[in-house]
Amino acid sequence: MLELALFYIAASVALFATVLAMTRTNAIHALIYLIVSLLAIAVIFFLIGAPFAAALEIVIYAGAIMVLFVFVIMMLNLGEEGDARERQLLQPHIWLGPAILSLVLLVELLYLISTVEGPASSGSVSPKDVGLALFGPYVIAVEIASMLLLSGLVGSYHLGRRFLDRGL
Amino acid sequence: MQELAVPLNHVLFVSTLLFTIGMLGLMIRRNIIFILMSLEVMLNASALAFIAAGAHWGQADGQVIFLLILSIAAAEVAVGLGLVLQIQKRFKTLDMDDANRMRG
Repeated sequence: MLELALFYIAASVALFATVLAMTRTNAIHALIYLIVSLLAIAVIFFLIGAPFAAALEIVIYAGAIMVLFVFVIMMLNLGEEGDARERQLLQPHIWLGPAILSLVLLVELLYLISTVEGPASSGSVSPKDVGLALFGPYVIAVEIASMLLLSGLVGSYHLGRRFLDRGL
Repeated sequence: MQELAVPLNHVLFVSTLLFTIGMLGLMIRRNIIFILMSLEVMLNASALAFIAAGAHWGQADGQVIFLLILSIAAAEVAVGLGLVLQIQKRFKTLDMDDANRMRG
């Protein structure tokens, strides 16, 4: 029973934090809410029996990716006028159309998912199983991920180097 | 233990809701920083669905795909934020409405 209660608490925290993150005008405030949402999702991972994924969610998402966002926002040095402009763009007549359309899709998807039966966790999947699967049948995926990360590294270095050379 | 576990469809509900919030954010925001954040939320929601499915069948495959999604997110954010710096330098704004014209 405790597991289920913890799941609902973590799920509501994640949803509220994400909604707040998407509606902030200040980028740093939105980022902090996004980190709270990621931590709540890590709790959900832990509860449904994926402790390794929970640790990675905190270390890589909340730790590395969000810090990258923080550094870029600090470099951009957005001022008050950016804040005011965002506030002006978040009027109901801007978001009402997309909101209704995605609400329709959401209701359809929720209806389809509600036919699914069974528990999410019948025991936890250990990091050892993940490692064995990763370097056994999925070893080609590891190679593809390494190429993806290399191209990401080269691409971001190329874009960032020109930014630093010519100055701000 | 079995009857106390979290139902699969509830985890999928949360994942769907997060994905929809991310998609809405993607559609209504004009600032490229918020667009990148919405993409992160959407990737994270799909990762949650993968983990839930992997936990449902007790297989490690869901977490393997989660690792791949994680590396995709990292690469995408690195390139995306490099582009943000370039756009800020070139257009002096992060508003995508001011940077929506293609030029060879």
